Amino acid sequence: MRPFGANEFVFILAAIRWTVALSLIAFVAGGIAGTGIALLRISLLGPVRALAIGYIQLFQGTPLLMQLFLVYYCLGLFGLRLDAWTAVVIAYSAYAAAFLGEIWRGCLQAVPLGQWEAAKSLALRRYQILRLIIVPQAARIAIPPTVGFLVQLVKATAVASIIGFVEVTRAGQLISNATFEPTIVYPIVAAIYFLLCWPLSLLSRRLERRLDVATHSPLAAH
Amino acid sequence: MTYVFQFGIVFDQFDRMLAGAWLTVQLSIGALLLGLAAATAGAFVLTAGPRWLRAPVTAYVELIRNTPLLIQLYVIFFALPGFGLRLDANAAALAALVINFGAYATEILRAGIQSIPAGQIEAGRALNLTTVQIYRLIVLFPAVKTVFPALASQFVLLMLGSSVVSAISASELTAVSNTLQSTTFRAFEVYIVATLMYLAVAVAFRAAFAAIYWAVFMRERGR
Repeated sequence: MRPFGANEFVFILAAIRWTVALSLIAFVAGGIAGTGIALLRISLLGPVRALAIGYIQLFQGTPLLMQLFLVYYCLGLFGLRLDAWTAVVIAYSAYAAAFLGEIWRGCLQAVPLGQWEAAKSLALRRYQILRLIIVPQAARIAIPPTVGFLVQLVKATAVASIIGFVEVTRAGQLISNATFEPTIVYPIVAAIYFLLCWPLSLLSRRLERRLDVATHSPLAAH
Repeated sequence: MTYVFQFGIVFDQFDRMLAGAWLTVQLSIGALLLGLAAATAGAFVLTAGPRWLRAPVTAYVELIRNTPLLIQLYVIFFALPGFGLRLDANAAALAALVINFGAYATEILRAGIQSIPAGQIEAGRALNLTTVQIYRLIVLFPAVKTVFPALASQFVLLMLGSSVVSAISASELTAVSNTLQSTTFRAFEVYIVATLMYLAVAVAFRAAFAAIYWAVFMRERGR
């Protein structure tokens, strides 16, 4: 048994990079896939829409931990040998894609229908309408909830510790087991997450308020 | 692919998994009821309570909403005994879920209450109602109606999130699955069945909330 000292503290702090790295990779990969999901979700073809709805329902209707277990233990059955990193990145990206896809779907559909009709009357094609008219307006609405989801994603990375992925939570567990000082360790780990997430929460709320003012200004009403 | 699926092993133990799923449901509903009670008080304090009480409630909400449920669980289960409060795994799991859901629901209810037009509250005041009467008779019903969908989806997130309490070996569905997996070595079969059970519970809860919403808020409310 060893005492809890500066080295132990630094060990936990150093693991922040893995929490941040996993969050960012999942956010970017999930964002790319989520864009696809959102577009499929508003497709004109019923079966394509159903596929996207099914994907979203599946990932939003089952625990992240189960998704992790299935990827980690079970893709091996299909001949893929996955190390913890790959498994975790795949699972979190798929998870983020479902949530971001659903958030962005809502933002795309929040753009007034008149915008579609106006663009159609200008003989723009569907992808031109999306690229030139809808997406730029939807992107503005999408920023606050997307930042909000980033908070959810950072917190969700703690679950990866359960399958042995070393990030802040797992590092805390290792130190707690070595020092028998959970009373010190876990509040520190909680504080680290708070310092990572709180600024993002505040940012999301501020952006939301600014957008609210912008869309409710008397000028925007016309 | 040479792997042969053997679901028979899982279905031999199906009653254990059902018992685990039942505990998941119980934990979630317990957290829902206790969390809502805490949230009602919390949202009342944030919107009408004494000013000195608002800061601690805000701190509670922000602290919980910006840390992972898993860490809240570890603090309660591993760190609190250092301060002389020792809970068994299931009790710690329930406590963590209540505290977690309470914070989210406080924030959701607060938003709902603040969406009530000020004129309605002033009208209540003009009728000489006390603050508590105004909340009970005027504010709460439409506020809950406004935020009901948000509360329902937050609750489903909580139910799914409750799978992490397996990390302190509370005996709910995920923990039962882990035990079965390690005794049968049939990881895929066990986890896919558990995942489908979670999906079924989530779908059932969503349907139940839609039914409650319809019964309470949408039906013609006759006198």
